[in-house]
Amino acid sequence: MSSAVQSLPATMPLAFSDFTVVTSLGRGRDNTVVALREGRSALASCTFDNFPFPTYVGEIAGLDAAPLRGELAGFDCRNNRLAAITLREDNFVESVAVARQRYGAARIGVFVGTSTSGLLQTEAAYRRREPITGRLPPDFDYPRTHNTYSLARFVREVLDLAGPAFVVSTACAATAKVFATAARMIAADVCDAAVVGGADTLCATTLYGFHSLGVMSEEPCRPYDSERCGISLGEAAGFVLLERPDHRHGADTILLLGYGESSDAYHMSSPHPEGLGARIALEAALASAGIKPDAIDYINLHGTATSVGDSTEDRAVFDVFGAATPCNSTKGFAGHTLGASGVVEAAFCALAMRNGFLPGSPHTRSVDPRLKSRYVREGYPVHIERVVSNSFGFGGANCSIVLGIAT
Amino acid sequence: MNPVYVEGIGLCGPGLDGWAASQPVLIGMKDYVPAPTRVQPASLLPPNERRRAIQTVKLALAVGAEALAAARLDLTESATVFASSGGDGETIHQIMSVLASSDRELSPTRFHNSVHNTPAGYWGIATAARTPSTSLGCYDGSFAAGLIEAAVQATVEVRPVMLIAYDVPYPAPLGDLRPISAAFAVALVLSPKPTAATLACLKPCLHSATDVVSRVVPSSLEALRCGTPAARSLPLLAALACEGDSFVVIDYLDNMTLALDVTPRLRALPPNGGRQERSSA
Repeated sequence: MSSAVQSLPATMPLAFSDFTVVTSLGRGRDNTVVALREGRSALASCTFDNFPFPTYVGEIAGLDAAPLRGELAGFDCRNNRLAAITLREDNFVESVAVARQRYGAARIGVFVGTSTSGLLQTEAAYRRREPITGRLPPDFDYPRTHNTYSLARFVREVLDLAGPAFVVSTACAATAKVFATAARMIAADVCDAAVVGGADTLCATTLYGFHSLGVMSEEPCRPYDSERCGISLGEAAGFVLLERPDHRHGADTILLLGYGESSDAYHMSSPHPEGLGARIALEAALASAGIKPDAIDYINLHGTATSVGDSTEDRAVFDVFGAATPCNSTKGFAGHTLGASGVVEAAFCALAMRNGFLPGSPHTRSVDPRLKSRYVREGYPVHIERVVSNSFGFGGANCSIVLGIAT
Repeated sequence: MNPVYVEGIGLCGPGLDGWAASQPVLIGMKDYVPAPTRVQPASLLPPNERRRAIQTVKLALAVGAEALAAARLDLTESATVFASSGGDGETIHQIMSVLASSDRELSPTRFHNSVHNTPAGYWGIATAARTPSTSLGCYDGSFAAGLIEAAVQATVEVRPVMLIAYDVPYPAPLGDLRPISAAFAVALVLSPKPTAATLACLKPCLHSATDVVSRVVPSSLEALRCGTPAARSLPLLAALACEGDSFVVIDYLDNMTLALDVTPRLRALPPNGGRQERSSA
């Protein structure tokens, strides 16, 4: 014990051995690429749960008709249904099975993020309380639906994994931060591989909650637009199998190159006015990847289309990158998917690198001239090798990740 | 996992008013007298925020401040990991009740207080710490999950990391489905290398669930351990309070436990390794 700090293997890079994503744009990578290339938005007028205020959402069709059955029935809620559908896309289950064979189930961690978990289930249960006693209905399974840990427990069960697990719940930064957690766990030899990502789904709490904050747009969200007026909510899930890269990983393998985390230490629901927390996260991410800002080909912004959120992020991005690096927000495609946005945008970036294009920014009509970064409104074909993706959440939780493609 | 060094401890639970006052209870030198958890006002927060601070925030801030003071660290130096089984029960109950009523308008403050990382957000506001902060949940294994994340972060990132684990009882009807017996919070400042403030060395290791989980005496403390996820930390706290080496096993997942070799300060440090001279025991 005399050598206090034993040397640890480097955390980076890690390979995306496989990944999958489902948003309102479509299910799986192929459908997502088509929509991203075409610049097609999936935002539609909100009819969810009879929400009475005009707004647009990225709702995923078919979740009501996809209950979990059999051994998984106790997990049945919108969030886990979406997770189940997503895990079945893109041969993800098969890729995890290969890793399980290689490392053993106990050596694969599950570090997933969510902010909503199965909250919608509790909302419904409260409408069905027993009138005299106020009890919740007997079919309501709190631990396996609403509880924060539900999603990790479910993913572990579906993928037949037995390694270390927990749920990271840092609001809209959750599924970016899981990349950092997994990288550290693999570096510390707690596991050999990890399933990261997560899911967030529509519920009344977030619809009425963001409405109460006055940050919901009545039209499809317009990130960085001079007339931007708030967010459009969405729902999504995405999962990534992370391992150390080796000879099995081909030339188009997506790599996690770095991560940076920080806290705003400013306000529960407003970003630091000078973008200080965001800048710290960006600089830490670049330092962790060991690269300079000019090595980045594209920045996927958090860009939720609130007036103050976009302007503070712009300040941070401009401070670090200047006006040379192309950047934009992809929230106009499928909305702000809250806790899922980190992994969704990691998947969007991965698809952009693999397929040689830069996605556009649907609904953004004229970029706010007060914003100084190089904002890309229309997508175009281009070879990109290294990207940064930003995710910022309530409570001042910030995370930037750096991704690259093996050449 | 590499060893980590415990630099400071904060504790707030039913009949457990701070680490110093609780140590004699944890080692059986003093009777445990259960009493409602007394949470100090969140004096770190500005007055307007202090008044409306919810219980999870008050608990987390109280133990965090206690542990950092013991570790002789500035409030802004440590990264943080917050672990709890769920969000603030009262806040969630209020939101669910409003949404089940005919007038579904929510309060914006209540909404931002409903996120799992609310205590982390207020910790940042209170301390101005811009260091990384993670908030996680792992049902009854939340303390172990948080300890793994904090220990791994401390050794891999080579910086001090404070774990704050807390849980509060849920009101009915949610409390019927998720009984949590008491408000309880614990904070541990972990360092990748020993310092003058080091209290003990921890060597964590994942074990299979067939290992017998450590218990605590007396039975009323054992009931607290079983009844509150954050109180699964009690066997570790008892080990940290005693002078000898210990091996404790704490609850984590259905198929996995977290085992910890606990070596008190005098043995944890190599000869002359401690920077503060103390007479040899």
